[in-house]
Amino acid sequence: MKPEELMYAKTHEWAHVAPGAGGAKVATVGISAFAVEALTDLVYLDLPAIGRQVTAGESFGEVESVKAVSDIYAPVSGEVIEVNADLPEHLEWLSEDPYDKGWVARIRLTSEAELKQLSDFATYQRQCEEEQH
Amino acid sequence: MPYIYNTPADQAAMLAAIGVGSLEELFASIPEDYRLRRALDLPPALGELELTAHMAALAAANSSPHDTVSFLGGGSYDHFIPAVVDYVASRGEFYTSYTPYQPEVAQGNLQAMFEYQTLICQLTGMEVSNQSLYDGGSAATEGVLMALAATGRRRVVVGESVHPEYRRTLETYLKDLDAKLVTIGTPEGTIAPKDLAAAVDEHTACVLLQQPNFFGALEEAEPLVKIAHDAGALAVVAFDPISLGVLKRPGDYGADIVVAEGQSLGTPMQFGGPYLGIMACREKFVRRLPGRIAGETVDRRGKRCYVLTLQTREQHIRREKATSNICTNQGLFALRAAVYLAVIGPKGLRRVAELCAQKTAYARERLSVGGRLRPAFKAPTFKEFVLRDSSGNVDELIGDALAEGIFAGVPLGQWYPQLADCLLVCVTEKRTKAEIDALTSTVAKKPPAKPTEVARHA
Amino acid sequence: MRNERATQLLFELSHPGRGGAVLPACDVPERPLAELLGAQHLAAGPPPLPELAEPEVVRHYANLSTLNMSVDTHFYPLGSCTMKYNSKRNERVAGMPGIVDLHPYQPESTLQGLLALLYELQCYLAEIAGLPAVSLQPAAGAHGELTALMVAAAYFRDQGRPRTKVLAPDSAHGTNPASAAMAGFDFVTVRSTPAGFVDLADLEAKLDDQVAVFMITNPSTLGLFEHGMREIARRVHDCGGLIYLDGANMNAILGIARPGDFGADMMHYNPHKTFSGPHGGGGPGAGPIAVAARLAPYLPTPVVERVEAAGGLPPRYRLAYDRPKSIGRVRSFFGNTGVLVRAYAYIRTHGPEGLRRVAENAVLNANYLLSQVKDFLPVPQGDRCTHEFVASAAKLKAERGISAMDIAKRLLDFGFHAPTVYFPLTVKEAVMIEPTETESRETLDAFAAALRTIVAESPELLHKAPHTTPVSRPDEVRAARQPVLRWTAIK
Repeated sequence: MKPEELMYAKTHEWAHVAPGAGGAKVATVGISAFAVEALTDLVYLDLPAIGRQVTAGESFGEVESVKAVSDIYAPVSGEVIEVNADLPEHLEWLSEDPYDKGWVARIRLTSEAELKQLSDFATYQRQCEEEQH
Repeated sequence: MPYIYNTPADQAAMLAAIGVGSLEELFASIPEDYRLRRALDLPPALGELELTAHMAALAAANSSPHDTVSFLGGGSYDHFIPAVVDYVASRGEFYTSYTPYQPEVAQGNLQAMFEYQTLICQLTGMEVSNQSLYDGGSAATEGVLMALAATGRRRVVVGESVHPEYRRTLETYLKDLDAKLVTIGTPEGTIAPKDLAAAVDEHTACVLLQQPNFFGALEEAEPLVKIAHDAGALAVVAFDPISLGVLKRPGDYGADIVVAEGQSLGTPMQFGGPYLGIMACREKFVRRLPGRIAGETVDRRGKRCYVLTLQTREQHIRREKATSNICTNQGLFALRAAVYLAVIGPKGLRRVAELCAQKTAYARERLSVGGRLRPAFKAPTFKEFVLRDSSGNVDELIGDALAEGIFAGVPLGQWYPQLADCLLVCVTEKRTKAEIDALTSTVAKKPPAKPTEVARHA
Repeated sequence: MRNERATQLLFELSHPGRGGAVLPACDVPERPLAELLGAQHLAAGPPPLPELAEPEVVRHYANLSTLNMSVDTHFYPLGSCTMKYNSKRNERVAGMPGIVDLHPYQPESTLQGLLALLYELQCYLAEIAGLPAVSLQPAAGAHGELTALMVAAAYFRDQGRPRTKVLAPDSAHGTNPASAAMAGFDFVTVRSTPAGFVDLADLEAKLDDQVAVFMITNPSTLGLFEHGMREIARRVHDCGGLIYLDGANMNAILGIARPGDFGADMMHYNPHKTFSGPHGGGGPGAGPIAVAARLAPYLPTPVVERVEAAGGLPPRYRLAYDRPKSIGRVRSFFGNTGVLVRAYAYIRTHGPEGLRRVAENAVLNANYLLSQVKDFLPVPQGDRCTHEFVASAAKLKAERGISAMDIAKRLLDFGFHAPTVYFPLTVKEAVMIEPTETESRETLDAFAAALRTIVAESPELLHKAPHTTPVSRPDEVRAARQPVLRWTAIK
């Protein structure tokens, strides 16, 4: 996936929305390259449970470096229908390929209206530039 | 003052370098009206000679196993401590160092803790050990809190045969959290499997058992663990480290989390603390394990070395979301336990355990001759057992024995009203046949109660 | 001197058949274990522990000890930890058989010497705190925090108006929020001002009738005395809350100011810091708490009570359990007596004047060291401190790429233990230095000179420091990614 085509949460998660089985839209979500870079030397990832109902903005996973823990916040509301189970064993994917192999979870959306809360790539880039200063 | 270098001349030079005129000025940030404008109301200073004499006088006002034969147990034990343990723990490089925040200058402590973790895993049959918690009671409590977090369930089942002070501690902790403690009675001195089966359900996070239990009796641990597992609950087992010289390891009968009072492993009794809270678990729970953990790694030159690891579990990083608020380990006592196990070895540990079991069996039998005392429970016992006094006056028995220079045992009425006429007697490897016989003859001086009295308790 | 050959683990030194302490023959008739204990309970053999000869165990540990820095061997200015001299007389008196070998369930009549000591210690700690009721039970500072918060919870429950929140500043030890969570409270952080004091406006905004306790470390982790303490206390008290004082830094105010006199309702001591208990490579400590009279009924049981002389009998001491409002126990047995005995010996050695001298010299040494380093290692809080100060390597990091970690690691090459780094979280590239009163001016000068040298060294040299220690910059990422937490025979 191309970063330009994704939507972003203020908390640095990305989402890519596509139609899923049965009509409901499904968001593939992950952590932005900017965030992974800032976290440095990741050592552990805690994935959400499949079937969990999450609300946008809620912490539904954790990523750890040696001396820091960061929450992963759900960028959209819905049910977790799939997780990238191989990712905890291949944390390097988060930095090498954050938008494809580094995806974290798939969420079946309960509200498409919420997607308006997310930023497009250009807006997100401006946010990252501001945070660097 | 004995430990301060600064002379008045030093002080004057230092104040000048700082740029202030007096010591008083250094405290200017403390508002005047907060100050204590008098001397603290404390006794005057003592020199080393006076202090030593004063402490010797206080010590002389106590009795200890050096002048009184002790059959006291109940979680704190008079086991033998090899000299090597005291030697290692009295090296200043160990006891005056601190948490290994700089691994480059703390490899001694880190390697010793890595070895301690390994020894605890070998001893218990578990996969991961931390570097210890405060004591047996806090380890049992943390073990239960871990099970609550791991299962997401809110009910805890515990037998009355678990140390009453561990249970009381647990009660204190759970009161402020949304969790329920269910206590099942143990009229036969051990948990009846059917009682446990009736008490566990789909809301039960864990069952906490103690093996051997507070009464010194052996629980049917294996079936009890299975009952917990069948309900989807975890089994938290509190064990006696010395007993594992002969008994099955909790890891071998399916325990998920094990905890112990480690005092038996080379730490003096010192009136209940500081002690050693041992805690180990299955690998899958490692990220919920509280306390410090040492791990092996390599340095920048590729040399094997050790560091504190998985620190994101801990309070200094995760703060209110940490696995526990604990910020310390009982490093010096974990070290003592490791040295104890290293010096005593597998054969030595087995022999200590055998001596405890043999002498306990002898004492249990001897003390029951004559009819005044009889074992309260039928279950086999390891190094402690409960005797019921048919005369009903345990305090008198304790007083009579004390007059003969013997601590006869721990009266149980303070925790168990139904056992107000009972005494918990402990026999470690240090007790001799002659000492056991002396206690027996003290007891025999008072005739047994009338036959009807005995019958009532039979 | 370190024996370079000695690097193996106990398990690698093990040889089948070696060692085994010699134990006495069994002097009672021996019976089969299966008969005594039940065959179903017996292990097939003893646990697979290493088998070692005694001399080997001694050499192993003696050599390991030489890999540690310690207070006995090195200057150890670890901020917030108060690594002062551990008196040898205290070790000896605490090791007297009539003290170290006492059983917790001995009859009280056989413990009168120890109970008298513990009773007196309760009185001393109450006097030093300016708070009348003391529990010696908590096993460590964090345990004292938790105990006090449980006491507060019980107090509010008993008043019929339970409260849900605990507040503390962002510079607090991580134990404060963790203890609050364990006591069932929601934790709320209060901001600090740029100067390092509690932001009163932020405090005011977060105070309401659900705030049970405001936890404050004073003197703070920045080595500052919170001069607005009474105003903070007034505001917290006005909304019915309690002030908890984290007593980690009591070394700076012993005999000079008392928490109870400047607004605290509860506090803990770290006797292993303030009263010089050895830190033991990570423990044991103790965490006795002192509280205001209205909180006394909720303290854990037992407490030591004195029964005055009467009817020709001398005074005696007892363990009191009969306290119906008590929160109960927070641990097994009485408390960390061994640590408490050392604290008692320390207080008796110093007396009232001596304790005040401790604080004066701790503060003098810290201010002196501050004055010697501030020109090349900025101290954002200013020119004055209490018992410790927090310098910042932020400027060095920005200009030359030298971090607090680089400085800490390089100090080891100069024979000094590193200060605490990256704490408190509110100071960037924090270097937290606490010299304590038991160091000489010469040592402080040498340490300042080392720092001066280090900040001028090449960043490349510093990034790889230390250069002279047995190991250097262990790979912590590897340790956390693929945890190896015990030795196993087959890798």
